[in-house]
Amino acid sequence: MRLHRISALLFRHLYLYKRSVPRLMDVFFWPVIELLLWGFISLYLQKFDMGGLNIVTVLLGAIIFWDLLSQSQRAVSVAFLEDVWERNFLNIFVTPLTVGEFMVSAVLLGLVRVALVGAVMAVLAFALYHLNIFAFGFSLIPFAANLLLFGWAAGLFATAIILRYGTSAQVIAFSLLFLVQPLSAVFYPASVLPEGVRFFAYLLPSTHVFEGMRTVIATGSFPYAELGWAFLTNAICLFLSIRYFYYMFARVKEQGRLMKLD
Amino acid sequence: MIVRMPILQVQNLVKKFNGTTAVDGISFAIEEGKITGLLGPNGAGKTTTILMLLDLVTPTGGTISIFGKDMRHHREEILSKVNFSSPYVALPSNMKVWENLTTFARLYGVKDVKGKIEELVDFFDIRAFLPKMTATLSTGQLTRLNLTKALLNDPKLLFLDEPTASLDPDIADRTRTMLKRIQKERGVTILYTSHNMAEIDELCERVIFLQAGKIVDDGTPKELVIKYGRKDLNEVFLSIARNNNHASTQN
Repeated sequence: MRLHRISALLFRHLYLYKRSVPRLMDVFFWPVIELLLWGFISLYLQKFDMGGLNIVTVLLGAIIFWDLLSQSQRAVSVAFLEDVWERNFLNIFVTPLTVGEFMVSAVLLGLVRVALVGAVMAVLAFALYHLNIFAFGFSLIPFAANLLLFGWAAGLFATAIILRYGTSAQVIAFSLLFLVQPLSAVFYPASVLPEGVRFFAYLLPSTHVFEGMRTVIATGSFPYAELGWAFLTNAICLFLSIRYFYYMFARVKEQGRLMKLD
Repeated sequence: MIVRMPILQVQNLVKKFNGTTAVDGISFAIEEGKITGLLGPNGAGKTTTILMLLDLVTPTGGTISIFGKDMRHHREEILSKVNFSSPYVALPSNMKVWENLTTFARLYGVKDVKGKIEELVDFFDIRAFLPKMTATLSTGQLTRLNLTKALLNDPKLLFLDEPTASLDPDIADRTRTMLKRIQKERGVTILYTSHNMAEIDELCERVIFLQAGKIVDDGTPKELVIKYGRKDLNEVFLSIARNNNHASTQN
């Protein structure tokens, strides 16, 4: 791993972000719209008796953390698609860049996007709805870190699929996580899921993260078991995604399709 | 007599795609400091060969040795001293020229990025384009930018895939002059593909003819013209391409 190659690719994307309105909208526009939408829904629901549940904290907390996951995944997949759209893939892989460095630069871009979106949403949530997500101290940080990891795993998996099937499969870069959202118990506890479905839900790191975060918000206690499961399932997901990406890259090279990725 | 070491050595290189043989056991060596043309009709296996030499396509069989090292085990080391340019592989059009050059200089681990870009933009006379978006450059300007990118790492071996394709005769002539200058001043070894035989005759000291994935001839342009009893290299090309087609029809 060479830092200069990783940073070269990272800066290549940051050059685009600093002047591209569509890219900046992708980072900020939808998260802000979602925050406003769910914020108003929360304010409306707060008028009803929710049995002591702080609906603003639960729903807005969920939407903020869901967006962190979504940004982390999309950053990885879209970083790859940028090079496919610009037919630049060949140029970067005739340099000494390795597949591992390529993946690391993509996940670092995810980290940058998550930091930006997280900061903007946290400030807006505080300014508009008096929700201070930092009020929970360090309790939410390990859960947020798990969302970042799961976003990377999902992003690499989506990228490997696009490598295999070309841009006809690019919709997966923008929709993959919505497939797992109903199972991830983002806005409701996993206990409401049908029993057969619940088993699959608990295979996802995101389910353990959102369950754990709700426990922190509702009780103030730290759910070590949920965090442990989140890390374990994330480790498995990341391992499988990385292996799958390497496998697909090798297959594409064997089939001579690296130059025809479009 | 000075014996030059081969900078690139290919032995029994094979590439099959779903049972179709694109490259069929070719072997050749290229000496340091020369411009060698890799010629052949469409589908002869030129691009597949170059892509295998750049580790972008995995060979089905055979070995590739560059700078005396096996590509499979020394990819990073080899590619840090190799570069590639093709009009069919564009640099990102949504980036400024200086951003593209900076990105690739960093990818190649150039120590003095700014100094190297300064040196090359003067060489290729593209300084005025540095703040422009790559998308706004003309075809000729893009060719010069591609060549600038290709020299960022001071390559010892350069693969040029039809670098003058789609250029008007004036710009194509300027590009050839530039390439001769690069080869002379920097001693770069160049493997060159083109369908312009006059260009090959002007630039290349040696040509390798590929047909249906096999090397059918190898020599200096002059030697091949004499051997085939033709007027020029263009006629040699037609002779090789059509003889084979004729043979295929008979079969």
